[in-house]
This record gives sequence, structure tokens and C-alpha cells, in this order.
Amino acid sequence: MRKALLFGLMAAALAAPAMAQKKYDPGATDKEIKIGNTNPYSGPASAYGQIGKAIAAYFKMVNDQGGVNGRMINFISYDDGYSPPKTVEMARKLVEQDQVLFLFQTLGTPSNTAIHKYMNAKKVPQLFVATGASKWNDPKHFPWTMGWQPNYHTEGMIYAKHILQTKPDAKIAILYQNDDYGKDYLKGMEDGLGQKASMIVAKASYEVSDPTIDSQIVQLQASGANVFFQATTPKFAAQAIRKVYDIGWKPVHYLNNVSISVGSVLQPAGLEKSIGIITAGYQKEHSDPRFANDAGMNKWRAFMKKYMPDGNLDDNFNVYGYGVGQTLVQALKQCGDNLTRENVMRQAASLKNVQIDTLLPGITISTSSTDYAPIEAVQLQKFDGKRWELFGDVMSSAQ
Amino acid sequence: MKTGTKTWSVPVFWGLVILVACVLPFVVSNYHTFQLTLVLVYAIALLGLNILTGYNGQISLGHGAFYALGAYCAAILMDKASAPYWATVPAAAVVCLVAGFLFGLPALRLEGLYLALATFALGVAMPQLLKYHALEKWTGGVQGIVINKPDAPAFFPNMGLPLNPDQWLYFFTLAIMLIMFILAWNLLRGRIGRALVAIRDQHIAAEAMGIHNAFYKSLAFGVSAMYTGVAGALGAIAVQFVAPDSFNIFLSIVFLVGIVIGGLGSIAGAVYGALFIQFVPNIADEISKAAPWAIFGVFMIVFVYLMPTGVAGALRLITRRRAP
Repeated sequence: MRKALLFGLMAAALAAPAMAQKKYDPGATDKEIKIGNTNPYSGPASAYGQIGKAIAAYFKMVNDQGGVNGRMINFISYDDGYSPPKTVEMARKLVEQDQVLFLFQTLGTPSNTAIHKYMNAKKVPQLFVATGASKWNDPKHFPWTMGWQPNYHTEGMIYAKHILQTKPDAKIAILYQNDDYGKDYLKGMEDGLGQKASMIVAKASYEVSDPTIDSQIVQLQASGANVFFQATTPKFAAQAIRKVYDIGWKPVHYLNNVSISVGSVLQPAGLEKSIGIITAGYQKEHSDPRFANDAGMNKWRAFMKKYMPDGNLDDNFNVYGYGVGQTLVQALKQCGDNLTRENVMRQAASLKNVQIDTLLPGITISTSSTDYAPIEAVQLQKFDGKRWELFGDVMSSAQ
Repeated sequence: MKTGTKTWSVPVFWGLVILVACVLPFVVSNYHTFQLTLVLVYAIALLGLNILTGYNGQISLGHGAFYALGAYCAAILMDKASAPYWATVPAAAVVCLVAGFLFGLPALRLEGLYLALATFALGVAMPQLLKYHALEKWTGGVQGIVINKPDAPAFFPNMGLPLNPDQWLYFFTLAIMLIMFILAWNLLRGRIGRALVAIRDQHIAAEAMGIHNAFYKSLAFGVSAMYTGVAGALGAIAVQFVAPDSFNIFLSIVFLVGIVIGGLGSIAGAVYGALFIQFVPNIADEISKAAPWAIFGVFMIVFVYLMPTGVAGALRLITRRRAP
């Protein structure tokens, strides 16, 4: 009896240092890391579901290459159909039943808003959410939630900065969608102009339900503005581009990053009508000749060939999924054997100039305990009638 | 003899079901308790739609709008007026009763498919109305409203019965559901219920019998909307969040699917339908990520093919065959 006790004590003593090094919360073991996700695989926003599929394929590649610090990633992704109540249900399932270590890349502004409080009350990370609203960068009130892509506010500030540099006498007209999305851009533009906010001579908004925005464009032109910035979604962006051209208005035209698809915005509007439009990008494009032999993009192409053989190479979402997956793997590598929820959040907030294969040269990922906005830099690009041409330096709102 | 066995077996059966429903939250996880709460919520909504469609024969493709109205009533009252959560349920009931009755008046002129289209328009318009900027002060626009989860009243822990918020919400919803079901049962088996069914089956004959068609049809609309609105309020409290995107047209269609699968013109059918719309999409999602709705469709076809009168109808058939 005593012997057994002694053995037990010895075993405990031997195991103790190992125990001290390895720390786990639910969802993490020696063998695997369980990660939860919700994506709209069905419903009105199902086009975004491609991101979830690309991420799953990326993790499969990571696992085939030996996992993260020897642990396999178990990626559990559920369909929420872009419906917030469903997101709540699925997030609860992931946290309470599947016992995932954290949620990653849950998609959609309303869906993430629905679980924002819950995740922070539960102290489970809601990491690198797939939405550009600026509210995810609020470490003081919501320390368990973090975004990834440049947020709309940052993007608006960058356009303002470019206007101040290149056109000091600008008279700016703004068209924005009347919701948090459009208003984030508007506020970014105003904050970026700072004391010169009076340069904005006209503002017009539209509802997603409006059939056209023709009258808004006419009204904005009448203000005598020589710079036009639109914070719109694809359908309205196409309408605006056409209308601006058709009424013979020739402002310097800024278009937000959400609506820069050549196929679904510029072509319907007319490619020749889109020449000269300026926007901001942060990801490499497969079709851009500059990246034809780019090392990072070649890695992405190899990934696509092996893990998503049916995937569309021109679909930005595949680039996006790869990039955000790589970011997470870096954060998990930094965690080492300390896979507690707290440490995952701490490491996600200690990324220093991380290089991602699919981000534009010069754009890296940095975070800190007071900065929950991983990508804050973008590069401007201009449409030449065929494709977007990058120009100028990488810009960030910080400098 | 046959009726004799039936009269006692039915209450015993439902008594057992309620007993099981009371024990469930103590044996399953909080997450499942939350799911079951949603089932109860949907059951109330489906019962509402069933009163209109199943009993009165008016097809509505827009009940998601009344659900949204109830949900927003609860959310706005809690968020702006700091009303206690339990008080929002009767408030939502009154608002939806009035709204449903008023919508029912012009809808009287529309029959069958035309009514379906009119209600469809209501369902489609609702999310956009909720985003309308003049109402943003109250509705929160696209951002929606986040509400706090209510705790169990203090006397439960004092009595030595500690309930967590999920369990409390479940029982709260269950109690309201039972009240609503008993009310519906009383309403439908009496004079009013017979009038509604008569209108459904042969409205000219019903009129000839002295039934005031217009009044009963509007009444059915109002009561139906009230049930759905109560469900909406309870749903909002359970989910703790309302946003226009939560109440798109798909919700209305899912409700219709629910009552057809559960059993048209059957009170118990609402419960079966609620179980179906809550759990089958999850099963479909687990079977295939690529085409969850295709799988859902297969389930639907199988159900409709095997049980043309809904789950309730099939069960009725089975028990009738069993009885000698």
C-alpha cells in the first residue's frame, strides 16, 4: 500500500513539470485543437460560404503537413444561413456541446453582433471575424473579439488621406448606404479629413431597398463637387458608375473595396465607364501579371491545385480564406503548448509584422493588447479599363 | 367502449408528455435546453399559423412579419423602456392582435392564392421596414438590438431549486405555451372553431348558416397574429438579439412548412412541426455542407409522401388502427 503511494507520488512529481508546460482549456489536447466556425452555406448570402470551404481546405493542408506544433486542427463549421438566431444556436452548440477551444472567422456583421456579448461573457475567443465593421476593434469592452480585414473606417480614412495629399482643393461628394456599413465609411472619411472635413460639400444616402440611385447622383453633381466617393454595395456601385459617366460628370472617383469586382460591378456598369476609378486593396490578385511568378501566390496556386481542384482561381474568397487561415496558424504556433483560451487571445494580440502569402507586398499583420485590427494598411489601385493597377506606396491610417 | 378508452388515454398521454418536458432541462445540457426553448417558441408560432391556415383555410406566406413584430415589441420595450421581460409578452400579444386584425380587414377581399401573395408581400417588406431610417431610433436599424438574458426569480433558489437562466427561460416559455395551447383548444373546439372550419370548407354554406364570414376571418387573422407575436417576443428573449436579417421571408416559408409537416388543422401538429423545423435543418447540415437545403428538401418530400396528413394525422391513423 505504502509502496503504491510512493510510486504514485513519484509519478506525480515526474509528471508535474510536464503538466506545468502543457496547459489546456476545453477543445485542446496533445493531439488536436478544436476550432468552431459558422458560415452561410445556404440562404441569401451563400456566396460567402466559399470562405468557409477555403478555410477548411487550408486546414486540411496544414494537417497533412503535420499540424500545428504536432496537433491536428479539427475545424467544425456549421451553416447559419446568415440568420442571427441560427448563429446564436450554432455558436452555443460549438462552445457548450462540441467544446471548441474558440470560434474563428464567424461570418457577417449581424451574426457576429448576435453572439458578441455571449462570447465575451463566456470568455471564449471570437477570433478574426469575417466582417469589416470597426466595432470588432474594441479590446477594452470586448477583449475576446477580434477582426481581421482592414475595417471600413480605416479604408475611409485612407481615401481621405489620399485626397488631402493629391487634391488639396477638393470638393467632396459622398454617396453611402444608409446602415452601419455605409456610415462606418462616412465616419472614416470625416475622421481622415479631420479639420478639413468641410471639404465635404454634399452627402447623399440610399436604402438597400431603393430601386435606383439616379436622383442622388444628379443631386451630388449639382453640388459642384470634383471628388466623388461612394461607399456602396455591388449593385448600387454599378448603377453609380454608369450614371456618373452618362451625365458627363468627371470627378476623381473613389470606390470602396467591397464593390471592386470586375465581373459583377465594373462589367455591368461598362468597363470604359470605369476607367480611372480608384480603390484600395490588400490582397494579391491571381490575374495580376505582377504576381504571375510571386512566391506567395505560387504557394496559393499549389494549394488550390491540390486541395481545391474545382475552386475558381478568380474568386477572391479563396485568397481570403487562405490568408486568414495562415494568420490563425501563426497565432497558434506562438501559443506553443499553452493552449488556454486566454493564451490564444494573448498570442492573437501579439502578432508582430507577420508575413502572409496572399497579402500585398509591404502589408503585414500586427496586433497588440490595445490594437485589435490586424490589417491596417492598404495600397491604392486604379482601373485601367481591363484590370486594377496598383500605384503609390502601401498606406495606413496610422501614419 | 372505444370512446371510453380514448377519453382517459389522451389526457394521460399529454400529461406524460408535459411531465417529460418538465424533467428534460435537468437531464440535458444548457445548449439543448436552449434548443428546446426554441421548439416551444416555434410551436406557439405554428399553432398561430395553424389557426389561420389549418382551421380557417387562409394561406399566409407572411407570418414571419408578425413574429418580427412581436420580437421587436419585446426588444424595444426592454431596451428603451426597461420593461421587465415578462411584461413584454402580453404587450406583444396586444400589438400583434391589433395588427393582425387590421391586416385581416383588407385581406378579406382576397382569396386563396391572392391572399398568399398579399401576405408574401408583407413578409418580404418587413425586414426593409425594420431598417427604415425614421424608425432607427427604436429599431436600431440593421444593427438590431441586443437584450439581456433574464435570471430566474429569486424565490426559486430560496426554495432550494437553483435554476440557471436557460432552464428558467425554458420553464417560462413552457408555461406560456401551455396557456396558449389550452386557450386555443377551448377556442377551436367550441362555436368559434366550428365557424372557422365551416368557412374553410364551404364559405357560402357557412354564410347561409348565419356565420358572419368577414368578422370570423378577421378574427382568425388577429388571433393567429397574436399567437405568432407572442412566439416572436419569447424568441427574442431566448436569442437575446433581434435584427432585420433574423426575419426574412424564409422564416415565413419555414413556418408554412412546419404546419404542413406537423399536420394542418391539428393543435398537437404544431409541436411536431416545431420539432421538425428546429432539428431537421441541423441534421441536413451535418449530412452535407454543400447542399443542406437539398437534404432538407428530401426530408420534406419523404415526410409529405409518407404522411400526407402530417405527423399528427399519421399518429391519429396509427392509434385508430390499434384500437380494436
